[in-house]
Amino acid sequence: MTKIIEPKRQSSIFRRPSSETGIWSWITTVDHKKIGIMYGYAAFFFLLIGGLEALILRIQLSQPDNNFLTAAEYNAMFTMHGTTMIFLAIMPISAAFFNYLLPLQIGARDVAFPRLNALSFWIFIFGGAFLYSTFIFGTAGAPEGGYLAEEVGWLGSAPNGGWFGYQPNAGMKYSPGTAMDYWAIGLQILGIASLISAFNFITTIINMRTEGMRFMRMPVFTWMTFAVSFLLAFSLPIIAIALFYVTFDRKFGTTFFLTEGGGDPILWQHLFWLFGHPEVYILILPAFGIVSEVLPTFSRKPLFGYAAIVFAGFGIAFIGFGVWAHHMFASAISPVAQAGFGLSTMVIAVPTGVKIFNWLGTIWGGKLKLNTPMLFSLGFIGMFLIGGLSGVTHSIVPADTQQTDTYYVVAHFHYVLFGGALFGIFSGLYYWFPKVWGKMYNESLGKIHFWLMMIGFNLTFGPMHWLGLQGQVRRTWVYAEETNLQFWNIVVTVGAFIIALSIIVFMINWIFSKRNGEKAPFDPWDARTIEWTIPSPTPVWNFSKAPIVKSLDDFWHTKYSEDEEGRAVKRAEADQILLDLEEEGLNPSEHIELPSPSYFPIVLASGLPFLGYAVIYKSIPLALIGSILLLIGGFGWGTEPLEEEAFEDSHE
Amino acid sequence: MITLYMVSALSLIIVDNINMLVKNIIKLKNLRFLALIFLSACIENAPLDSLSPEGPYARSIDELFWLTFWIAVVIFVIVQGALLLSIFVFKEKPDSPEPKQIHGNTKLEILWTIIPVIILAVIAVPTVRTIFDLANEPEDALKIEVIGHQWWFEYRYPDYGITTANILVIPADRPIRLEMWSNDVLHNYWVPKLNGKRYLVPGQTTYLNLHADSPDEFWAQCGEYCGLSHSKMRGRVLSLSENDFQLWVKDQQQDAVKLEDNSLAAEGQQVYLNAGCTQCHVIDGVWDVQGDRIAPNLTHFAIRNVFAGAALYNNRENLSKWLANPAEIKPGTFMPNLELTEAEINALIAYLGTLK
Amino acid sequence: MSDSHSYPHEPTGVETRKLGMWVFLSTEILFFGTLITTFMIFKGSDFPGMKLTDVYDIPFTSISSFILLMSSLTMVLAHNALEVNDQEKTRVWLLATAMLGAVFLAGQIYEFTEFYHKGFELSTNIFSSSFYVLTGFHGLHVFIGVVLLLALWGIGQRQKGLTLEGGMNLEFVALYWHFVDIVWIVLFTVVYLI
Repeated sequence: MTKIIEPKRQSSIFRRPSSETGIWSWITTVDHKKIGIMYGYAAFFFLLIGGLEALILRIQLSQPDNNFLTAAEYNAMFTMHGTTMIFLAIMPISAAFFNYLLPLQIGARDVAFPRLNALSFWIFIFGGAFLYSTFIFGTAGAPEGGYLAEEVGWLGSAPNGGWFGYQPNAGMKYSPGTAMDYWAIGLQILGIASLISAFNFITTIINMRTEGMRFMRMPVFTWMTFAVSFLLAFSLPIIAIALFYVTFDRKFGTTFFLTEGGGDPILWQHLFWLFGHPEVYILILPAFGIVSEVLPTFSRKPLFGYAAIVFAGFGIAFIGFGVWAHHMFASAISPVAQAGFGLSTMVIAVPTGVKIFNWLGTIWGGKLKLNTPMLFSLGFIGMFLIGGLSGVTHSIVPADTQQTDTYYVVAHFHYVLFGGALFGIFSGLYYWFPKVWGKMYNESLGKIHFWLMMIGFNLTFGPMHWLGLQGQVRRTWVYAEETNLQFWNIVVTVGAFIIALSIIVFMINWIFSKRNGEKAPFDPWDARTIEWTIPSPTPVWNFSKAPIVKSLDDFWHTKYSEDEEGRAVKRAEADQILLDLEEEGLNPSEHIELPSPSYFPIVLASGLPFLGYAVIYKSIPLALIGSILLLIGGFGWGTEPLEEEAFEDSHE
Repeated sequence: MITLYMVSALSLIIVDNINMLVKNIIKLKNLRFLALIFLSACIENAPLDSLSPEGPYARSIDELFWLTFWIAVVIFVIVQGALLLSIFVFKEKPDSPEPKQIHGNTKLEILWTIIPVIILAVIAVPTVRTIFDLANEPEDALKIEVIGHQWWFEYRYPDYGITTANILVIPADRPIRLEMWSNDVLHNYWVPKLNGKRYLVPGQTTYLNLHADSPDEFWAQCGEYCGLSHSKMRGRVLSLSENDFQLWVKDQQQDAVKLEDNSLAAEGQQVYLNAGCTQCHVIDGVWDVQGDRIAPNLTHFAIRNVFAGAALYNNRENLSKWLANPAEIKPGTFMPNLELTEAEINALIAYLGTLK
Repeated sequence: MSDSHSYPHEPTGVETRKLGMWVFLSTEILFFGTLITTFMIFKGSDFPGMKLTDVYDIPFTSISSFILLMSSLTMVLAHNALEVNDQEKTRVWLLATAMLGAVFLAGQIYEFTEFYHKGFELSTNIFSSSFYVLTGFHGLHVFIGVVLLLALWGIGQRQKGLTLEGGMNLEFVALYWHFVDIVWIVLFTVVYLI
C-alpha cells in the first residue's frame, strides 16, 4: 500500500500550491521529472523553430542570386537559427536529460535544490520568450548612414549580428535598433538559467549520491553531466561579463569593444570563445554520456575502459578551456599564438579518439541488438568521427585559414553537433522513452526515422565540405552564379527537407506511442544502471527505498554473473529479484517526504524579462515591475520552507 | 538492417573511397584526384576554389591540407571499417552466445592513446613551420595597403601614390605584402588561390602575403560576416607581367582630365560635380573630397571590369541599375539614391566610361 | 539504515546548501576574474581623457574599505553568537554587519557622484567604463548581501529565532559576505593602489 503522507496544507505567508494534476501542478512543480519533461518539450519546440529557420535559409541558398529573402531577413534568420539551436534547443534538451535522469542514476529522490531547479527552468522559458519577442518588438536596420531599398519587415527585425555577435558589427553604430539588445540580454537571461542548473547538478552529484554510489561507480552519463556542469559554471561567467560590456556599449555609450574609445573588438572574440569553445563541449558531452549508456546495454557488455572514458571526458572539458583561439586563426593573433592554439587543438583530439576507440571496444565481441536507440548511437559514432576528423584539419592552422568562415566549417560543426549531439540525443530519447512514459515506442517508425535522418543529414552536410573548399563563405545571403556552387546547394536543400521529414516521423511515433504504445516493463532493455530498477513510468517518489549500490553497473550484476569463460550468465535468483523490485517500487513501505510545490520560482523568474525590457527601453516603471517581482519571489522563497513537514518540525 | 546501413550515403562514400584508394594507390602523387572525382561533374570552374593554388603560399597550404586529409582518410577508413565490421560480425543472431564481459584492456588503451599522439606530432611539425613561413615578411615584397569598408576593399600603393578599389593589381611572380586594416567593422580578406584568410580590424594592422605564379585573374571575397551586404563584398586580384604592371602603374598615376567640351560625357561630369557624388567620390584632377574618403576613388573607373564591391560587372546595364538605386543591389550601402533622371544616368555612364 | 527522515545524502559530509554556495562562489571568482582582467588590460592601454588618479581620494576609499572589512568581523561575531544560541546578540551583530555594508555602499555612491561631477563619467573613456562596471558590479554584490543580512535579521525577529540549519541560513550568507569582502580587498589593490 502506498503510504505517502500528504503534505500538510499549512501556509507560510502565501497559500501553498497544492495541485497534483492539471496545469498548476506543472507550473508549481519542483519535481525533477516534471521539470525534465517540460525542458524536453520546450526545447523540442525551439528545435522545430530553429529547424524552420534552417529550411528558410536553405530555400534562399538553393539558387544563386536568389531573392526569396532580403539580406536583412537572411541575416536575422541565420543569427536566430544558431542562437536558437545552441541556447534554446540542444542545451535545454540536454538539461531535460540531466533533470530527469541524474537523480535516478545516482539513486536520489530529487536534485539538491528542487526549487532552484524549477527556477532555472522558468528562467529558461522566460529567456526564450524574451529573445523571441524580438520578432514583435525588435527593430533593425542599415548601419548608421546606410540605406535600405525596402523596410526590414518583421522577419528581418530579429537579431542579425550572428550568434557570435562579433564587435563592432554587433554594436549600435553598425546594428542599430533594439534587435541585438534582445540578443545580448536574452542570452544573459538564458545564461543565468544554465548557471543555476550547473550549481544544482554539481551539488547534487557530489552530495546526493545514494549509499555505495562512489564516484567511480557512477554511470558515464552522470559523469558527463558533472563535466558539463563544471564547464557551464566556469565558462558562463565569462560570457556574462562580455555581454554586460556589449549592453553597456550599446545602451550607455561605453566603448569596451569599440576602437574609437580605446576599446578592442578582438577582446570580444577572446571572451566570446573562452566561453564559446567550452560551450561546444557543453553541447556534445551529454551525447557522449548517452551513447556510453546505450552501447553497453545493447551490446550486453560492460563499457570498455570505463575509467578511460570518464577521464577522457574530463580531459576534453579541461583542455576545452585552452583552445579557444582556434576560432580566431585568421584574426589578429600572432604566429606564436597560432602555433600554440593549433597544438592544443591537436591535443584535444587524443581524448576524443580514446572515447571513440573505447566505444568500438565496447561493441566489439558483443551481441548487438540493432534497435532504434542503438542505431542512433552507432550512427553517432560514424558521424561524429567525420566531424572529429574535419576538426583535426582545422588545427592545421594554415589549412584553417583557407577553411575558416566557409561552409567547410559549417559542415564540420554540424557533423559534431547534429551528427554528434543530436544523434546522441535521439538515441537517448528512444532509450529512456519507456522509463518516462511507461509505454514502448514503435520500432518500425523509429527505424524509418533513423534512416531518413541518416540520409538527409549526409545529403545536407556532406556536400557542405566541398562547397566550403570551393569557396562558399558562411553567412552568405547570395552567391554569384559564376562561383559554380549551385548544384551542391540544391542537393543540400533537398537533404534539409529530408531531415524535416524524418522529424515528422519522429513526432508521429512519439505522439502515438505515448498514447497507444505497448505497456513497457520496468526493465525493457535488460539494462545495467539503477534507473531501470524502478517502475515505468517512474513513480513520483523515484525509489521506494534508497538503493544500495555495490558496484559499477549494479543492476546488471544483480541479474548476471559470469561463467569461467567470462560470459554473462543469468543468476538463478534474478527473476525473483526482478519481481521483488517491481513489487517494492510500486508499493513503498516507508513514509516518503517530497518537496512541496511552490509558486515562487516562476514568480521570481518572471521578473527577469521585465528587467531586460527596462534596460532596452531605459524604462524605470518596467525596472520597478521587474524588481518587485524579484522581491516577491525572493521573499516568498526565503520564508517558505522546502517541505511543509520540515516547517512543522522546527516549531516543535 | 545492415544492408540498409550499407546503402546509406555515408557507406557509399566510404566504399567508393576504398575502391579508389586501391585503384589509385600508385597515383598518389596526383593528390587531387579524390576531389576531382567528386566535383568534376559539377564544379569545373570555381573561381574561389581553395584547392587549386596558383601561388607558393596557397600551394604550401594546399600540400599541408592534403597531407592531413590523407591521414584523416586512412583513420576514417580504419575506424569506420571497424565500426561496420563489428556491426556485421556481432549483430544479434538467434544462436549468438552471451558475450564475454570484458571491462577494458590497458595495453590496448595505451596503444590507441599513443598512436594518435604520434600521428598528430607528425602533422604538427610541418604545421608550425608553415605558420611561421606564411607570417614572415618576404624580402623585396611590394607593399600594398588594404582597407576594408562596408562593403568594398580599397587598395593603396604607398610606393606609387596610387589609390584604387575592388581590383588589386599585382605584378606576377613577385611576393606582395599586404598591410591591412578596417575602416568600420571586421572584414576578412581572402584570395583562395593565393593564400588563406586574414582579418581586417579597425585600429590594428594585420598582414598577409600574396604571390601569384603567373598573370591571371583571381577572385577575392570577404570572409567575415560584416553586415547586410557581406555576401556582396567581393574583389578581384589581377596579376600582370612586370611590364604590364609598370604600364598600369603609369596609367594610374595620371590624373583625370577635366572635360570642357559639350559631349554627353562632359554633361555627366556636371552630374558628378553637382548631383552629390562629390560628397564621397574622388576623381583626381577633377574633384578632391574633403574629410573621410568613404567611397571608391573613381579616377580610373573605366579600366576596372567590376564595381560596387566587385558584385557587378562594369557594363552599361549594371551601371544604370546601380545608379538608379544602389540599395536595391547592396542593402545597407552608404551610397544614397540620388533620384537621378534617366538622362542624368546616361550622361554619368558616358562620363564614367571616359575615366581610363 | 533507514528511518523515515534519513534518505541518505551528503556523502561528503558538507551540508548541501553550503556546498552549493561554495560552487556558486567559485563561479563568482570567474565573474570578477573576467572583470579584473579586462580592467587590467585597459588600464595599461592608451586611452584619451581622464585617469582615475586625476579624481580619486585614497584616504576616503581607505576608510570605506576599512568599514567593509570590519563588517566581516561583525559577521563572525554574529555567527559565534548563534553557535551558543544567543538570539539577541546574533540579531545585533547581523544588523551591525548590514549597517556597515550600507555605509560602505553610501560611500561608494558618494564617491561615484564626486567622480561624475569632476567629469569622470561612465562613457568618458575605456578606463572610466571599466572602473565603473567593475566597482559597480561589486557594489551590486554588497547590496544583495545587505538585503540578505536584513532578511536574516527579519527572520531572527520571529518567535523561534534563527537556527544554524533550516531556512535562510546564517552560515550560507556569512560565506557570501566574507567572499564579497575579500573581493573588495583585491579590487582596492588593483584599482586604487597599483
